[in-house]
Amino acid sequence: MPKVNLSHFEAAFLFSLFTSVVMGITSKKTDKERLHYGAYCFGCFLVALFAIAWVMKLGHG
Amino acid sequence: MASQTQSAAPPKEAVPPVSVWILPVLAAWIIPGGGHFMQKRMGRGALIFASVLLMFLFGLFMRGMMFTPDSSGDVLTKLISYGGFVCDLANGALYFLASMFGYAAPDMPGAVHDYGTKFLVTAGLLNILSMVDSYEIAVGKKD
Repeated sequence: MPKVNLSHFEAAFLFSLFTSVVMGITSKKTDKERLHYGAYCFGCFLVALFAIAWVMKLGHG
Repeated sequence: MASQTQSAAPPKEAVPPVSVWILPVLAAWIIPGGGHFMQKRMGRGALIFASVLLMFLFGLFMRGMMFTPDSSGDVLTKLISYGGFVCDLANGALYFLASMFGYAAPDMPGAVHDYGTKFLVTAGLLNILSMVDSYEIAVGKKD
């Protein structure tokens, strides 16, 4: 079985992508709403990812 | 006077019969997206299938740990092991195939293994969302 060594950013990016796709599909009723919600979730994940990364960097010096 | 201020209770929603939704929900559990395929929602089913499968495979490739129910330890340990086990089990056939082929990564220290464990658990949680969606489609609450 192949072994994958992802960086934290790569792992978080893939996590965000897959989670956003499923949340978009399962949460809304029309395709347009699904697309918008999926993109919104993905954007929120990425903003949180960068924001928390900066907080940790500044917190640890 | 009192009768004017009291509003009538909303009528209770009828519980849909089990026979309507049980097969799509079981199909969604066994094969991610299977409930959608069964109800002719091919595009959505394919996206769910790809997302859950890829997340599960990345979890395996990062040597994530599969939880086993463990009744030893304190309440938090039990909660984590049982909760993790239920989430892993929610992957359906992917979990059973991985177990059948002898996948059993130990709980090792290291960030990558830890990400893998989270990927395996989250794949199961996403599959639970797809099961709920299949249920709603089957009972007519959703298109």
